[in-house]
Amino acid sequence: MITAEQKPLEEILAYIEPYDRIFLVGCNECVTVCAAGGRKEVGLLASALRLNSMKQGKTIEIKEITLERQCDPEYVEELASEINRTDAVLSMACGCGVQTLAGRYKEMPVFPAVNTLFMGASESQGIWSERCRGCGDCLLGITGGICPVARCSKSLFNGPCGGTCSGKCEISPEVDCAWCLIWERLKALGMEKRYEELMEAKDWRPSGGGGPRKIVRKDLVL
Amino acid sequence: MKNFEPEIVAFCCHYCAYTAADMAGSKRLSYPPNVKIIRVPCTGKVDALHMMRAFEKGADGVYVAGCLEGDCHFKNGNTRAGQRVAYVQKILEDLGIEPQRLEMIMMSAGMGERFARTAFEFTEKIRELGPCPVKPIKK
Repeated sequence: MITAEQKPLEEILAYIEPYDRIFLVGCNECVTVCAAGGRKEVGLLASALRLNSMKQGKTIEIKEITLERQCDPEYVEELASEINRTDAVLSMACGCGVQTLAGRYKEMPVFPAVNTLFMGASESQGIWSERCRGCGDCLLGITGGICPVARCSKSLFNGPCGGTCSGKCEISPEVDCAWCLIWERLKALGMEKRYEELMEAKDWRPSGGGGPRKIVRKDLVL
Repeated sequence: MKNFEPEIVAFCCHYCAYTAADMAGSKRLSYPPNVKIIRVPCTGKVDALHMMRAFEKGADGVYVAGCLEGDCHFKNGNTRAGQRVAYVQKILEDLGIEPQRLEMIMMSAGMGERFARTAFEFTEKIRELGPCPVKPIKK
């Protein structure tokens, strides 16, 4: 999933300071799962914004809504009937959702309430870790299901660097050395030979080096 | 400010603090009427939203009273409530509201005296802090 974290309250308050009627829009997908911008977080942020305005003796009108998916035009359309009754939109979705809203409602200022972080997996309740960088050419089939692009601090392709120490990365004792994990996994699978095969320099164009990426599925396009 | 009577909301676990309040009553121990009790099946049920809404509705102080550490009827609802209290305290601080207005308190069902004392002490603490800077705007 795409993970995110709420922005500092101070930054959010600065965005909406000039406005009296705010549309606070959450998303039911990734940001709900990582507890950054789902219905509950929308309620909590709305409450904090109301408390802030009451503290200043002002009234603020906050309309809360959580869309099924904020990066999909058909769900974003749900705001059309009410959008004119607000002054600004505060989105709690990832950057994709914020941009979908801003693209659809061009006259309306749209602000992000979260920082979009990474594509991650849940390790346990409340802990998410980066697992994929969307490099466009998945290597997991030859690295024992552990990604050196996302999990090696240097995104190395042919074994660890000199900074590896007892299975940990030199950047922090909390961070596993991806190449140690890969080696252990290949060993467990009896696929040590894979480790010996040198990988060529990676073509980074599919990972964004060739400009913004796009998928066009002609069989699906209407 | 002299006549300030704080409004206090206490989310009390059915299995400990609420029973302790009952115990205080049975023992004829008085505690300030400022404290309005909301009974919950476990403090683990008290969401961050409930605490925030209490302040929105005009509470000057809020406390969540759960079981002693390790004694939660539902294993760890009280420790989770404690973590949520800390989370909301941070939000209050960011908003410029004293985080001491919100507290997690632990007690057992037999601690009637502690319930009454806590109610007194918390009320006094909030009285000293003064009215919450957030007050509902009267329409």
